[in-house]
Amino acid sequence: MADSAVRSSSTAIEPQPAPVRWRTVDIVITAVLGVAFGVVFWAWNLAFGVLAAPLAFFPPLAAILNGVYLMPGIVAGLLVRKAGAAIFASTLAAAVSLLLGSPYGGIIVVYGLVQGLGGELGFLLTRYRHFGWGTAVLAGVTAGLSTSLLDLNLYYPVSQDYPFWAFTLPYTVFTVISSVLLAGVVGLLLVRALARTGALSSFAAGRTRV
Amino acid sequence: MTTSLALGPAPDVRLARINPVAQLAAMTLVTLVVLTSLDVVTPAVVVAAELCLLPAAGLTRAGDLWRRTWPLLFGATSVGVVNVVLSPDAALVTGLGLGLRVIGLALPGVLLVASTDPVRLADALTIHCRVPTRVAYGALAALRLVPLLTAEFESIRLARRTRGVEGRTPVAAVRLLAGVGFALLVGALRRGSRLATAMDARGFDSGIARTNARGSALHARDAVFVVGTALVCAAGITLSVVLGTWAPIFVG
Amino acid sequence: MGRARGSGEVPVRVVARGFGVRHASRRAWALSGVDLVVEPGERILLTGASGAGKSTLLAALAGILDPQNAELTGELTVDGGPPQTGRNRLGMLAQDPDSHLVMSRAGDDVAFGLENAGFPTAAIWPRVDEALAAVGFPYGRDRPTQALSGGEKQRLVLAGALARGPGLLLLDEPTAQLDPAGAALVRAAVARSTADRRATVLVVDHDAAPWLPLVDRVVEVVPGGLVEHPPGWRPVDRTAGLRLPPGADGPVLLAAEGAGYTYRGSPRAALAPVTARVTGGRALAVTGPNGAGKSTLALLLAGLRAPSTGRVHASDALADGVRRHVREPHRWRAGELVSRIGTVFQQPEQQFLTGRLRDELALGPLRSGEHAAAARATADELLERLGLVPFAEANPYTLSGGQQRRLSVATALATSPRVLVLDEPTFGQDAATWREVVTLLAEQRSRGCGLAVVTHDVDLLDVLADDRLAL
Repeated sequence: MADSAVRSSSTAIEPQPAPVRWRTVDIVITAVLGVAFGVVFWAWNLAFGVLAAPLAFFPPLAAILNGVYLMPGIVAGLLVRKAGAAIFASTLAAAVSLLLGSPYGGIIVVYGLVQGLGGELGFLLTRYRHFGWGTAVLAGVTAGLSTSLLDLNLYYPVSQDYPFWAFTLPYTVFTVISSVLLAGVVGLLLVRALARTGALSSFAAGRTRV
Repeated sequence: MTTSLALGPAPDVRLARINPVAQLAAMTLVTLVVLTSLDVVTPAVVVAAELCLLPAAGLTRAGDLWRRTWPLLFGATSVGVVNVVLSPDAALVTGLGLGLRVIGLALPGVLLVASTDPVRLADALTIHCRVPTRVAYGALAALRLVPLLTAEFESIRLARRTRGVEGRTPVAAVRLLAGVGFALLVGALRRGSRLATAMDARGFDSGIARTNARGSALHARDAVFVVGTALVCAAGITLSVVLGTWAPIFVG
Repeated sequence: MGRARGSGEVPVRVVARGFGVRHASRRAWALSGVDLVVEPGERILLTGASGAGKSTLLAALAGILDPQNAELTGELTVDGGPPQTGRNRLGMLAQDPDSHLVMSRAGDDVAFGLENAGFPTAAIWPRVDEALAAVGFPYGRDRPTQALSGGEKQRLVLAGALARGPGLLLLDEPTAQLDPAGAALVRAAVARSTADRRATVLVVDHDAAPWLPLVDRVVEVVPGGLVEHPPGWRPVDRTAGLRLPPGADGPVLLAAEGAGYTYRGSPRAALAPVTARVTGGRALAVTGPNGAGKSTLALLLAGLRAPSTGRVHASDALADGVRRHVREPHRWRAGELVSRIGTVFQQPEQQFLTGRLRDELALGPLRSGEHAAAARATADELLERLGLVPFAEANPYTLSGGQQRRLSVATALATSPRVLVLDEPTFGQDAATWREVVTLLAEQRSRGCGLAVVTHDVDLLDVLADDRLAL
């Protein structure tokens, strides 16, 4: 049937399109992820206050809750697979949490941007070619490092009064662990679960069965 | 919940007459100054100036103000206390300074949100800051889904009960929440894909240079606003230096 | 409409020859052998069963089939060129207006398409006002889109399409999610705004009858091609030849007495106090205009919300076995509720919980305390009865709309509840699915189940309603 008098046939089921050109659906879906995680941030900010209270006197422990803030960038990167998706989703999520009311104020957008850059670095290092466990974990590590850097400088300048191994190191390690688990591992599982619902049919992430 | 605030038409308050871009510029300025100051005096001056702007943003009723700022007050208190307790030379005034710093950083966000409509923000960003129009309006379109999501949240939760699932124990509650969240996300992504199609059908990716029906004008008052902000920051730093309390980070 | 710019003011000609489409993830062709010529300014209705490929054809005409996702064969042209080049002369309406509205204010949304086309700012607002007037939009430009009803939203989407002066207007089941009054207003707006024949119009709808006065020709999409219906053709009545098992006379199972509901913080009652009885073996139909509280009453009867006034209580027979003999369904545990009152929502996908059809059907029985083997047997039996066996391992979200509807009814039946509460169970269904759902409900009624059905569907009322409650 397919080979009958075809005049304008376009059989274009290519393996992987170039990561540069953004279709409208790429933009909107990345933005939807940003908005959805912005709402998650808003809720997590409130939960964070409660959950972190018992951990507050050893801030490195509270860092274990940081991973949630790194999810939008990594999920968007794994799902949309376009250069810049992590930065866009992460920044927008932060901006939306600000719109809904954030205890961190305008600076949260800078956080979103830096955390997005961190995640983006992981995808850049794998050249936007692989979107499996390795990339998810790597992006989790780079994203975790980016946010530790900001946190320690902005929120815990007191860390400089302690030896490196007593504050800065555990804070960074806990953040990276949290990021790898929540953003990397849970993020990839989430993308795969979404793919199974057929909601990602316009994306390569929704077509390849891994 | 404050979601309706995020998307309603621009509230008619005095601060709304300042272009969002000027507000962002002022916010950046304040953020830079407050971030780099570790003393009490600088953030105190900045916070005092920000408090003076609250009426201009329509935040005069105590209830409104509390609803928008309680998470931030909570955060400020905990940062202040933690840094005082953990610091070897625990000085109360250091804690106070750090707490004020958090408030000084966060209040501009509260002011911006109270007085700015996302549509005007997108207009201003695309016209004055050369933010790509497809990105800005794509984000705006996604933002419109927020109130739809909040409405769907409740009906999905009820739908779970009809299937015999509810959150009686904490573990069940977390599982329920995760399930509802996932269903919401699936719905949002499907709707987002359809929305993208609809936007293309209305020429969103036609490649024609986009015009803007509402426009976004910069006035003299916008410049005055930014300069005023700079003056307040300068006053704070000067006062701090004069009092001998100035303690910048990232310097030296 | 404004005549400021030339482009798109002239209707287009559509030609399809041996055209077909196959989606990337499927082996079967979604559409094949399509031969069709639509002359400029013609108005055509495309009808056909769910899944026949009507919407695919419309998407192809709109040039929005993702080339990464679809394989095309044959020829399809709009004014002699590929459909993608005709994007700027296109207007579209689909089922769900919420996924077509981009901006948060009505006027901004109509202006969106004009901005994309590069209209000068000064020319935009007059055109916006004209388009809003042409569809009979009852509010000003500043009206938040969030505050509109479904029918008003759909007319706003139409205004957004018309403002661009389209040469081709594609309407994909634009009234499927609207109540009859809203649907009639949308059709009237389409008729009025296209009366000047400046646009070629293609409407897709499986419910052909209401469009007949509006269109020049009716073409049915069937497997392997198109069939053109002769002038004067009328669709087959979906109730024709339908033989339903009769009801039975049973006891009252569930009663609402002076039950009303007001949302927290709302000044107005969502449901004024009503009294209603759900009787075994009978179907109670709840009707009334939008906003009368029909769906709210369904939530109260289904035990999902507590009435703010009056009460809803179950009979002894229905409440039998409930812990501490609680009679109010909203106080029952979910596990107790699921085996006594089954509920089907308007949007079936909101009720899906698992990743596989078989698990989905076994879930209710498991939750009500059945053993795994028994639950599995129930699930298999239901799959068989509803013709869903080929999809047993599929994800519920991937089913078509009609299949999802059947599945949601099946999940409610899986626990053999004595009461079924259904909110618009036949909404947007094609004739075949409609008959299946109605038959399924009648079977439940004849085995003594009490039905409460919220509906606008006149045919459903005719064939199924034993008692009626107009709000």
